Amino acid sequence: MNAKKIDRIASGVIYALVATVVILLIAILGYILFNGVPDISWSFLTSAAQSFSAGGGIRDQLFNSLYLLVLTIIVSLPIGLGAGIYLSEYASDNWFTDLIRTSVEVLSSLPSVVVGLFGYLLFVIKLNLGFSILSGAIALTFFNLPLLTRNIEESLRSVPNLQREAGMSLGLSNWKTTVKIILPAALPGILTGLILSAGRIFGEAAALIYTAGQSAPTVDYGNWNIFSATSFLNPMRPAETLAVHIWKVNTESVTPDAHLISSASSAVLIIVILIFNLGARYLGNKLYNKITATK
Amino acid sequence: MNEYNLNESYITNIKEKSVLSTKDLQVYYGDNHAIFDANLSFPRHEITALIGASGCGKSTFLRCLNRMNDKIARVEGEISYRDVNINSSKINVYEVRKHIGMVFQRPNPFAKSIRENITFALKNAGITKKNDLDERLEQSLKGAALWDEVKDDLNKSALALSGGQQQRLCIARSIAMRPDILLLDEPASALDPISTSKIEETLKTLSKDYSIIIVTHNLQQASRISDYTAFLHLGHIIEYNSTVNVFTNPHMQATEDYVSGNFG
Repeated sequence: MNAKKIDRIASGVIYALVATVVILLIAILGYILFNGVPDISWSFLTSAAQSFSAGGGIRDQLFNSLYLLVLTIIVSLPIGLGAGIYLSEYASDNWFTDLIRTSVEVLSSLPSVVVGLFGYLLFVIKLNLGFSILSGAIALTFFNLPLLTRNIEESLRSVPNLQREAGMSLGLSNWKTTVKIILPAALPGILTGLILSAGRIFGEAAALIYTAGQSAPTVDYGNWNIFSATSFLNPMRPAETLAVHIWKVNTESVTPDAHLISSASSAVLIIVILIFNLGARYLGNKLYNKITATK
Repeated sequence: MNEYNLNESYITNIKEKSVLSTKDLQVYYGDNHAIFDANLSFPRHEITALIGASGCGKSTFLRCLNRMNDKIARVEGEISYRDVNINSSKINVYEVRKHIGMVFQRPNPFAKSIRENITFALKNAGITKKNDLDERLEQSLKGAALWDEVKDDLNKSALALSGGQQQRLCIARSIAMRPDILLLDEPASALDPISTSKIEETLKTLSKDYSIIIVTHNLQQASRISDYTAFLHLGHIIEYNSTVNVFTNPHMQATEDYVSGNFG
C-alpha cells in the first residue's frame, strides 16, 4: 500500500469517528429538546411544583439550582483561586506540590454520589446543618474545587514567563506581578473554566440528593430576610434543584404528567447549560479584548 | 575549538567612574558551576557589551546584576552598587530593580494599552498625578524613539505594535522608571535589521544619561555601539577592555579567535 492510500484510509476512519461523536451529541440534544421544548411555557417556569395533580411547574427548583450555583461559586472560587495561584506562581516543584497535585486529581475523580454521602455524614448529620442549600453548596465545592483549581493553575501557567520577568524587572513584587499582570492576562481562561464548571454544578444531582435534600418547601420571594425560614434566600432551608427534581419525578412521583415535567425540565436544564457554554466563550473573548485594549 | 587556559585573563581598569562592579562572583545552577570569579567594573554613562559564544554565561552574568537569578541559580560573591553589596539577602530586590532596569531578548510588553505599559509600574512606585505620568510617558517614549509612531494611539493595545516597536516600548517602560543602569539581554536578536538599527541608535542616545550593559552575540553590534567589551568563555571573563582594543588589539588568544570568527 502506498502512502497516499494509507492516508486516505486514515482520514476516512478519523472522519467516521468524528461523525459518530457529532451524531451522538446531536441525537441526545435533539431528543431532549424535541421532547421537552414544546412543553415549556411561561406558567411552567413560574409556577410551583405539584405533588399529586397535573400542571406543576419548576419555579422553585429552577431558582434553587441558580441559588445553589451562586453559593457554590462564592465558596469555591476564593479557595480555587488561592490554590491555583499558589501552585502556579509560588510553589516550587517538590514532593509536597506533587502531593497536592495528586490529591487534587484524586479528588476530581471521586464519584459524585460518594461526595454526596460524605457530605451527608459530615455536614447534614455531624455538623447538624440538616438538608440545606449550605450543605449542598459545600458538597458541590468538594466536587467542583479540583477542576476549578486545575483550570486556574493552567490558565495562569499559560501566561508566558516573559510577562513575569517584565514585571519583576520593573521592581514589582511577586504578588503585584501575579495580581496585576498575570491574573488579568489569565482571566479569560479562568472565566471560561468557571462558567463551564458552573454547567457541571447546575446539572449535578447525585451529590445533592443527600445534602440539599429532595423537598422544595414553599418560599416567599418577597421575603429578603436571609435568616427567616420562609425567605427564598435562607441558605439553611432544604432545596430540591432542577436536576434532583428530574430524578425524583422519574422515580417516585405520582403526578399524572410526570413524563411531561421531566422532559420539559431536562430541556430547560440543557438550555441553561448551553447558554453557560456559549456565554463563556463570548464573555471570555470580550473580556480579553477589553483587558488587552484590542478593539 | 582550541583549549585555552581559562585562568588567564586580561582585565583593564576603567578610566571612568564605576557605576556597578562585581567581586569574585560565582554562579551555580545546582551542581553546575556557571560563572567563575567574575571581577568586573562597569563605567558610568557608557555602553558595555558582554560577548561570547552561546552558553558562555553572558546572560547568566547579566541577570545576576539586578537579582533576576534569584530562585533560579545560586549567586555568591559581591555586586557593589553605590557602595552597597546588593547580592545580599538583606537587600530589597524590588528596590534594586527600580534602579537597575532590564530589557529582555524577546519583546514582552504587558497585554495592556501602550499608555498603561509605561504608567503601570510608575503608579505602583507611587507616582499618581496625571501630569507626572503624562510627562514621563512622553519623555520615555521619546527617549526610546517611539513617540512619533505611537503618540496618536496611546490607548491601543501594545500587542498590536510590531516586534521592533514592542521592543522599543519595553525600553521606554524601563527608562520611565528612571533607573541608573539599563541591562539588555540580546535586545535585538529577534528583530529585523531596520528595527535593530533603530534600537542601536536609541541605545547610543540613551548612553548619555544611562549606564548600559548589553549582552549580544552580534559582534558587529558590539563594536558599533559599545565603549567597553567583556569577552566571556565557558563561564570565565577572559578579557575586558575598551571595545576598540578588544576588537583590534586583543591580548588573549581566545579573544582573538572569537572576534575573528574562529569559533562561536
